[in-house]
Amino acid sequence: MALLDVRDLSINIHGIRPLDGISFALDKGEILGIVGESGSGKSLTALSVMGLLPLIGGRIERGSVSFDGRDLTHLPENDFRKLRGKRIAFITQNPMTSLDPVMRVGAQIDQMATLHLGLAPKAAQARSIEIMEKLRIPEAATIYHHYPHQLSGGMKQRIVIAMALAADPDLIIADEPTTALDVTIQAQIVDLLAELVRERGVALILITHDMGVVAQICDRVVVLYAGRIAESNRVDAVFAEPRHPYTSALIRCIPREETAPGSLVGIPGAVPSVAHYPNGCRFHPRCERRGEPCGAIVPALAQPESGGELACHFPGGAA
Amino acid sequence: MTSISMTSTPSRWQSFRRSTAGKVLLTPKGGIAGAYLLILVLVALLAPWITPYPFDAQELSIAAQAPSMAHWLGTDEFGRDVLSRIMYGARTSLSVSITAISVSVFIGMALGAAAGYFGGMFDRGVTSAVDLSWSFPEILIALILVAIIGPGLTSTMLAIGVAYLAQFTRLTRSQILSLKNETYIEATLNLGAGHFHVIFRHLMPNALAPVIICGMLATGDAIILEATLGFFGLGAQPPVPSWGAMMSAGSALIFKAPWVIIFPGLAVAVTVVMINLFGDALIRALDIRAKLREG
Repeated sequence: MALLDVRDLSINIHGIRPLDGISFALDKGEILGIVGESGSGKSLTALSVMGLLPLIGGRIERGSVSFDGRDLTHLPENDFRKLRGKRIAFITQNPMTSLDPVMRVGAQIDQMATLHLGLAPKAAQARSIEIMEKLRIPEAATIYHHYPHQLSGGMKQRIVIAMALAADPDLIIADEPTTALDVTIQAQIVDLLAELVRERGVALILITHDMGVVAQICDRVVVLYAGRIAESNRVDAVFAEPRHPYTSALIRCIPREETAPGSLVGIPGAVPSVAHYPNGCRFHPRCERRGEPCGAIVPALAQPESGGELACHFPGGAA
Repeated sequence: MTSISMTSTPSRWQSFRRSTAGKVLLTPKGGIAGAYLLILVLVALLAPWITPYPFDAQELSIAAQAPSMAHWLGTDEFGRDVLSRIMYGARTSLSVSITAISVSVFIGMALGAAAGYFGGMFDRGVTSAVDLSWSFPEILIALILVAIIGPGLTSTMLAIGVAYLAQFTRLTRSQILSLKNETYIEATLNLGAGHFHVIFRHLMPNALAPVIICGMLATGDAIILEATLGFFGLGAQPPVPSWGAMMSAGSALIFKAPWVIIFPGLAVAVTVVMINLFGDALIRALDIRAKLREG
């Protein structure tokens, strides 16, 4: 049985449905990438799993989210709070503003262990420094006493990751953890995160818009477009043979060595806003393979023989 | 303020210069005011041992004498040494205003934080009460309270505390309102922290600096308020010396023995100016002028 099993999840925020029929499952030690452009529903998926939808006035309309065999959709807030941080940790987009400016970074890591594991201050400190060393923070014992403004962006993101790891969670959800960092450090942080996840047998959901990062560390990937799943499969299968035209387009957007200067391609058009989703396949206005049924009939989410799930009337690759 | 760590350990002098205390005390304003306030506090603490005469030693034969070598600031209508009484008066003034303001800051922060964080009915209630009390001058609130409870040091403290409560509540509330939308607060909540943890460990420490300054400046005002109540005979009761009560007694002798009223008056004025200067230097050092304006 999977650690996290999301089935047919649809949510409702003020009468609109920004997520529609999302399913995926995740086991311990696995890394799942959720990709899509801005507005495709990646962060909302994370909020749903964290039970934070009520904060933005949303609710789960249909489907289930089960974690470790428990259905989370009807869990009272008080029980959910005990889960958050302790068993499901969240890494936010921006490390620059995710740390309390007047608290030493070490104390911020400590509080997770004292809060969730009931450790004494001394024990929490030793543990925090150990985690910081694991994250290859040089002179961890010194940095422990620093304030956030004394650290670089990459270092701050390591502290944020340390906070997420401090209570030994089973699942970490990282929402674009490297977007705010310099390109040079992005790869480093992602590698580090992946390494720790594998070593500790934690499950990781990595939310990103960067297919390159997905190729680098994920086991499986869910491609979201406008609140629906376009395609989900093992990463190697997706990269070997992307079947949904949106997936192929995203992969083409990764800059490569052989990419000639000035020839980097984008995907024409933009993700439609929630209020104006087109009929039929939501990607069809931007799709290069669109045909007769695309504008009228919603493609069903099918399980092709090549594995995974796919929602397209004209899938590419092996049929 | 980039990475200043790891390479070399700064000398004690360097780290003092960089610290907030250093930034305050090494400016002319902060240095002079700091020195004055330190001496004043020492005088207040040590008054029983360092005053030239006991505060209540009457000597009618030398009543209302001008300043001399024996009595540097002269004597009052009962022949008591004015200098000794001012030194004791510092004890009353400082202890009353500091205690009252501290308690007021404490309660104001709690009220303001709860109102700003939880909002709703409680917030509306607190905000209305604060707005209401802001439409009365502090002295009026204090006079009403003393009239109800009766004169004395305890009611003076209570009156001062209540009179300034609104200010601290309002400032804390506005701080919390802007802080609670910061990402790190959201992040801490996302990692499973409870509301009390967030309020006490994250919001309060971030809101503290402007409230401390505000409390510091209010202490100056509180000294004036204490002296005013004392002047009207509503504060410290005789024979306990207080600057206000001394001025009140001196006002009867203002032409015959002006030193009896002038020196306690100077003590009040200089102390308040010094507290304001010190607060000013602290604002500069902490760089929070903008934050104070929000309140």
